Amino acid sequence: MNTTAEPAAPVREGEAATAEPSFLRWIENNTPGDSRLIMCIQCGTCGGSCPSGPDMDHSPRQVFAMVRAGLKDEALSSNTPWYCVSCYLCTVRCPQEVHITDIMYTLKSKAIEEGMAQVDAAKVWSETFIGYVEEYGRSFELGLATRHNIRHRPMGMTRAASLGVGMLAKGRIDLTPQVIEDVGQLRLILWKAKELEAEQ
Amino acid sequence: MKYMFYPGCSLHRSARPYLDSLAAIQEKLTMELQEVEDWNCCGATEYMSVYRAPAHALVGRNLALAQQQSNGSDTVMAACSACYLNLEKTENYMRTDEELNNKVNTALAEGDLHYDAGSIQVRHLLDIIYNDVGMDRIKNLVTNPLEGLKVAAYYGCMIVRPDVNQRWNSPEYPTVLEELMEALGAEVIDFPMKTHCCSGHMTQISSDVAYELIRRLIYGATHYEADILVTLCPMCQLNLDAYQIEMNNHFDTDYVMPILYFTQLMGLAFGIEPEELGIGREFVSAKQALAKIGAPVPDEVPEKGKPRRKKKKEEGLPMPQVSTRFNGGSK
Ligand code: SF4
Ligand code: SF4
Repeated sequence: MNTTAEPAAPVREGEAATAEPSFLRWIENNTPGDSRLIMCIQCGTCGGSCPSGPDMDHSPRQVFAMVRAGLKDEALSSNTPWYCVSCYLCTVRCPQEVHITDIMYTLKSKAIEEGMAQVDAAKVWSETFIGYVEEYGRSFELGLATRHNIRHRPMGMTRAASLGVGMLAKGRIDLTPQVIEDVGQLRLILWKAKELEAEQ
Repeated sequence: MKYMFYPGCSLHRSARPYLDSLAAIQEKLTMELQEVEDWNCCGATEYMSVYRAPAHALVGRNLALAQQQSNGSDTVMAACSACYLNLEKTENYMRTDEELNNKVNTALAEGDLHYDAGSIQVRHLLDIIYNDVGMDRIKNLVTNPLEGLKVAAYYGCMIVRPDVNQRWNSPEYPTVLEELMEALGAEVIDFPMKTHCCSGHMTQISSDVAYELIRRLIYGATHYEADILVTLCPMCQLNLDAYQIEMNNHFDTDYVMPILYFTQLMGLAFGIEPEELGIGREFVSAKQALAKIGAPVPDEVPEKGKPRRKKKKEEGLPMPQVSTRFNGGSK
């Protein structure tokens, strides 16, 4: 359970004395701004507001309880962040102004890093999407639709193919990707940012 | 009124009608748009799911380019809700999180770029039209009021939530788009689902989840007797329009709810030809709905509610290449 190698940070108010606090601290430090995760009062407003609630293994509230209890593996292997559709309803309703949606993103990236991402279709979709961004500087809808559908077929290949043909007929998709002029510059920036992230 | 413009990937692709209709109305609105040169993808909801700081560096490059190219305006306008939110979030977090600001600028320095947090204002097109152009000017531009057209005004999520800079009157029940539609002469129906989720990227991940979220919105608009649902986000338009037929197949329903961009309805009310506004490129035809206001939809639009799979494109493939530069309305 306690898979983090870092020394435990001092126990703070709100952290169970027996728990491994460094995972909570890690999430706080790696979510931009002040995530306010420590302020969660477990009221459940988030789960009750969530359009994806029925499909999630745990409500956001439960995931935050796991994080605070140091149940790192359980939190990272939950499907919850992957079913988050980024609607931000929970975030604007949370009485404690916890940055719930941002924390979901942090959990996703951490789950990928640790090889614990549960929803393969979601993980592969994200990775395929960003692969095109790193290659061309732009997303490439047609490439995405075909490359992703060959593996995951969320809509079934024939349906996706007919949609692709429809998009072409409607002049709403390109056959070739658009490439930015200075994709080299973009890559230098992204690689450096990845380097800095790895140092964390 | 001059603005920097960040179109984002969708406006050059699946949301081309959004770009075309914006180009068609911008002159009347006296908006002068300067496209950020060599902008890159904002990362949508995906880059952030895989990397943290690099996702902000990706957006940071766009902010840095905007700052560098800024010529008489410190405002970057985005018309896509995801682009808008990503730009706004990175700008905000660079301003308030010193560590992140340092990381992003260290990364940007590799490309000889720098962004001074706080130097760019990020705003959505609807905000600019409502607040800067204003309802009075818009009312004066209306030559063909949309009388008799019942409109469901749909916002989706990311334009009004989390609303980092408190630009909207409510994160769940905004009313700006309704006011705009009324100014155009349309009849705005009550639409309680107006800020519910369109299913976002779930169409690519779980069709069951996606179909249900799409169904709720289409059901809601139909139930409240809208002729048309109007949107301001490429992702919402794509999900509700392109996947509506599949959703119908999935639930064995026969909803027919055309989904247009608010800029397309503005253009119609200003007397601009439907074709110029990209009308006719939607999957669920708006023909019948727009007949109510006497606006002819170009005829190559296939029959209502039927999948497009057999439709031949007379001009032949491949599709004309979309220019990578916003053409400022000139044809
Ligand atoms: S709504 Fe906020 S305070 Fe309540 S359980 Fe969710 S995160 Fe915690
Ligand atoms: S942002 Fe994610 S977790 Fe929050 S309510 Fe929406 S789908 Fe649920």
